[in-house]
Amino acid sequence: MEKRLARYIWTHTRGQQLWILLVVAISMVPYFLSFDLPKQIVNGPIQGQGFDQPGATQTFMNISFDLPWLGPVTLFDGIDLTRMQMLFALSLVFLALVIVNGLFKFYINTYKGRLGERLLRRIRFELIDRILRFPPSQFKRMKGAEVASMVKDEVEPLGGFTGDAFVQPALLGGQALTALFFIFMQNAWLGLIAAVMVGVQAVIIPRMRRRLLVLGRERQITARELAGRVSEIVDGIGTIHAYDTTNYERADIASRLGRIFKIRYDLYQWKFLVKFINNFLAQLTPFLFYCIGGYLALQGRLDIGQLIAVISAYKDLPGPLKDLIDWDQTRQDVQVKYVQVVEQFSVERTIDPSIQAVAIQDPGPMKHPLAAVNLSLADDSGAKLLERVSVQIHPGETVAIVGGAAGGGDMLAEAFARLTWPESGKITAGGDDLLELPESIAGRCISYVSADTYFFYGTLRDNLLYGLKHAPLKDAAYEGSGAAHRKWEINEARMAGNPDYDVNGDWIDYRAADATDREDLFTPVLSVLDTVQLSKDILDLALRSTVSPNDHPGLAEGIVEMRHALREELEEAGLSSLIVSFEPGAYNTEATVGENLLFGTATGAAFIGKAIAKNAYFRSVIGRTGLDRIMFDMGYSIAENAVELFADLPPDHPFFQQLTFMTADDIPEYQLLLQKLKGKGFDAASEDEKGAIIRLSFRYIEPRHRFGLLTPELMAKIVDVRRQFHDGLPESMRGDIERYDPEHYLASASLMDNILFGRISHKHSDGSKRIRSIVSSLLNSLGLLENVIDIGLDFNLGAGGKRLTAVQRQKLNLARALVRRSDYYIFNRPLPGLDHRLQDEIVRDVLKLVRRDGRDPAVVWVLSNTALSSLFDRVLVFDRGMLVEDGTHAALVENNGIFKELVSS
Amino acid sequence: MGTEMLLKDEVQMLRRVPLFSNVEPGKLKLLAFTSDRVSYDAGEAIFHQGDTGDAAYVVLAGKADILVDSSTGPIKIAEVETNSIVGEIAILCDVSRTATVQTTTAVEALRIRKEHFLKLLTDFPEITIEIMRVLADRLSHTTSELSEARSRARKAE
Repeated sequence: MEKRLARYIWTHTRGQQLWILLVVAISMVPYFLSFDLPKQIVNGPIQGQGFDQPGATQTFMNISFDLPWLGPVTLFDGIDLTRMQMLFALSLVFLALVIVNGLFKFYINTYKGRLGERLLRRIRFELIDRILRFPPSQFKRMKGAEVASMVKDEVEPLGGFTGDAFVQPALLGGQALTALFFIFMQNAWLGLIAAVMVGVQAVIIPRMRRRLLVLGRERQITARELAGRVSEIVDGIGTIHAYDTTNYERADIASRLGRIFKIRYDLYQWKFLVKFINNFLAQLTPFLFYCIGGYLALQGRLDIGQLIAVISAYKDLPGPLKDLIDWDQTRQDVQVKYVQVVEQFSVERTIDPSIQAVAIQDPGPMKHPLAAVNLSLADDSGAKLLERVSVQIHPGETVAIVGGAAGGGDMLAEAFARLTWPESGKITAGGDDLLELPESIAGRCISYVSADTYFFYGTLRDNLLYGLKHAPLKDAAYEGSGAAHRKWEINEARMAGNPDYDVNGDWIDYRAADATDREDLFTPVLSVLDTVQLSKDILDLALRSTVSPNDHPGLAEGIVEMRHALREELEEAGLSSLIVSFEPGAYNTEATVGENLLFGTATGAAFIGKAIAKNAYFRSVIGRTGLDRIMFDMGYSIAENAVELFADLPPDHPFFQQLTFMTADDIPEYQLLLQKLKGKGFDAASEDEKGAIIRLSFRYIEPRHRFGLLTPELMAKIVDVRRQFHDGLPESMRGDIERYDPEHYLASASLMDNILFGRISHKHSDGSKRIRSIVSSLLNSLGLLENVIDIGLDFNLGAGGKRLTAVQRQKLNLARALVRRSDYYIFNRPLPGLDHRLQDEIVRDVLKLVRRDGRDPAVVWVLSNTALSSLFDRVLVFDRGMLVEDGTHAALVENNGIFKELVSS
Repeated sequence: MGTEMLLKDEVQMLRRVPLFSNVEPGKLKLLAFTSDRVSYDAGEAIFHQGDTGDAAYVVLAGKADILVDSSTGPIKIAEVETNSIVGEIAILCDVSRTATVQTTTAVEALRIRKEHFLKLLTDFPEITIEIMRVLADRLSHTTSELSEARSRARKAE
């Protein structure tokens, strides 16, 4: 990138700069005219020069030039006006000039602003474009947040400066010179004084500001480092907590902030000192004017009108001058910032832009073997990771790479993925160096997966299909104002040197995913998700989510229908005891007492959480029916049981997990409460105490807690109170509870709860597992699976995919590669978090999947489980950076070499 | 509802398990409360070989086979009796399940989660000693079977 900011700005905005300079030059004419006018008004109509006789007139607006060779040329003879008329005419001209000057200023400022914003956009884009082209090794030395702060904050002032880069000195310089020239015109001596003072300012102030630049640079670097540290704290929060180093981090941040404060305070001190001196010098000149000019006027060598005009003209000098000095300050400041940023982004061996050129066309299959030729790889310290390895992977071949931890096979895989660049030797694809092949070939024909998962903030779907978004294949359709806006976008992008690819277009390469468009993408995607055993997880995500029926038309009806189908299915399989359904007239033993009582989901403020205990209507219902006493006794027994069981245990004992209705901290409180209320019962308890006790019974589930507290009579009573509660529910509270209704979808409950419409029995050990498999097969047969998986795919993964578990991330990572058709799949220990049985299944299924529909891609798999190498055509054994054995599984077993050792170990 | 088992009944059953016979009833009630009560039909797998072990099981009623995968299919190596514990090895040694346990009759069991089980061992030395006894028993059993198998193999040569 260009090292000098002025040159960079000139290269990219030459035309606009010249235009705005021209406009500025033209704007000088009315500006100059407006200087002379006050003198004319004061001397002429007000003081009466040239109007000595009453009724005398003067010519107004005589426009004539005395041109060389042609002689005098008169454009307008002017009109004769009286003194009063003249006063108004000249004042109106003054007003007109004020307006014209203002309009010029408005146009110039807007134009400059746009110019600056475009250049800022250009610089930012160029920086990010460079990041995308950095060699992989560069990223080991960079902190993301620091780079982000450079792109976002540090180049920001450049935009503001761009518009002023050439215009400001021209404009301000012009103004200052005009003012100075005008003072000279009035009086050469006064002009000289002003010029000398300007000279002094122009020399002293920039010198004093050098220190400001040094401080400014320090401020920039420390602020950038602070951004880096903040992001480190966020990323490393787990480590920080694990090692109790929060206070070390606090100390580090505090000391950084202290340093930044000191730098900034120094900056302020200097800035205001410079300002003080600058102001002083500026005010010194009028002092001289009053003093010397006044003296001259008193002597009669200077008329008073002239002196007023000089002083009035001088008022216009310090402004431009100060701005000019400020401009120079900004220029240096911005130049420093620019150089700082450009230095960080000037990296050797960046990827050539042509390699990343967008390619709409499918490059076609890569038919050549992928070969490492004399390949050596080294780490940052220069240690050899792979030494002079030559090996060919043929199209269609499946190759297992095995070896110890530092064997080097994983490095070979990284080199195939262009993540590690050769120290010497090269990787070729049919004679071409892999690093010189366009990424549209290397990045599509080769799919690489490692355990290092990275996901972008967005939905699961976005991330799963990420590997298909190479080029804008189909433009988005725009209409009306949208189309106009798109046109504007394209135009602006071009003006700022940005590409105009439409991010809203369809980037998904459906053909590469074995589909023709969005509609039939589901089948191939599902088969991939099945292969990596992720579809169950996604189904669960969907089933756990609460969806609005309006967003998914038809789904709610389908789900309600499915409730019946599920009952029938369970009945047929003899498993009807697996689910205990909610029935309006029956007690559900697998649900809590509270759920049985309310028989609905609290959705409004009247019933949610603790509000229900205070709700007057609810209290009146349970008080009237006497249920409050019963539930109090029940809660009392529960408290007794809990205290008996848990009183002796330390609060951090893992058994407390099982205690769903209270926490370890509650135990002593209930212990006291029990002592207090012993033998006294309901009437002796205060309202709060009643609440605390009754609350326990709300969460009681007999088959789970097994205290033996529910009798058939009690259950019938609860159902009866339920009916009364709902029947008498005041209109105002109807919206606060969504009642369980077998024939209606519950918008406030999860999909799964809607399907089950009941609770899974505690009695069966794997009840929920069985239900899940029945539910998923039912969804499939009822044609709802696609709908539901679709909801699961809408799941937002969070920052870096952190809302998924590590195992899910690894599976998704693998799926992302399998979704796209490639000629070479490189799998670099992609599933280290999975147990052996699962790894085994997935490896087998993946090998089957990539060969579906008669396809024949090559697969290179760096295995962590050597036993699986028998599934591959060929096995490469790496040891200490060298390829030590290469052959079929059978041959290597015969061979009594390292491979045999690895297998038997 | 009639088959519903209450905590106090479970405590009675747990007392019959040799492993817990020396533990006081209050603690047994706690154990019962913190464990999950699970039931299986005949022919169901309680767990599979190769799974990660997250719980141990006390069989309260019913019987099950212990099966190990081999190249010729699963081999039955032992039987789980009523009132005995299974699945404790995977928890103690932090390895995958070393065998599959499959019920042969309907089984009622208590599922004790890993962290609860380990806590139990540290809290109650009498249970730990009992577990050691069970393991030692199995080891001596295995050793004698191994020597038998070896001598058979030698004879066959």
